[in-house]
Amino acid sequence: MCPWLTHDPLDVTALLAEVASEGCGATTVFLGTVRRSADDGDVVGIEYSGYDAMAEAELEGVLADARARWPGVRIAMRHRLGYVATGEVSVAIAVAAPHRSAAFDACRFVIDQTKERVPVWKKERLAAGTERWVGPHGG
Amino acid sequence: MGDGVNVKVLVFASYAEALGRGELNVELPAGATVADCVAEVRRQTGGRVPPAPLVAVNRVYARPEQPLAEGDEVALIPPVAGG
Repeated sequence: MCPWLTHDPLDVTALLAEVASEGCGATTVFLGTVRRSADDGDVVGIEYSGYDAMAEAELEGVLADARARWPGVRIAMRHRLGYVATGEVSVAIAVAAPHRSAAFDACRFVIDQTKERVPVWKKERLAAGTERWVGPHGG
Repeated sequence: MGDGVNVKVLVFASYAEALGRGELNVELPAGATVADCVAEVRRQTGGRVPPAPLVAVNRVYARPEQPLAEGDEVALIPPVAGG
């Protein structure tokens, strides 16, 4: 399995350690968590699945694009596959840069591009016991 | 060596559910394109995948007019929803 996809709970502290560097004065973190809302059908968890080999290639491409746009940024990310319950982290991105502008911008870019490009899908499990596939950019 | 092109077609998520399987082997005429492959899959499966899905060939997004080669791995990709 590629380094960015995992079936295990995400370790944000480990991601921070991966990007830490004396030359970086700013670090940003994005956490995507499974959200529960009665308005959205009362989701209790999400089953993530992917086209693993292509997801790896697309994630590598996203990170390469980010590094090209913001030279000097350090980026670590993990995306979970399998069942993720409400409140748990499904995707984590840590970015370190010399200054905060690049840290904020690159982090935003990575999550936005991940949602656009990476072949991963979500099937929501609802409190009522039913399941439904999530459309593009859902949540 | 035959005249045709044999490709493996992978389907995922809602498409795999609709077809009850994750993989098909598809035989196409020489010079067939991505669009031809999708049409053939729809023909074989009674139209259970949409007419113009996202497609990847050998793990790279591909346009409908891209020609296919023997042994290509074609993937029909439902609207992505990661992150």
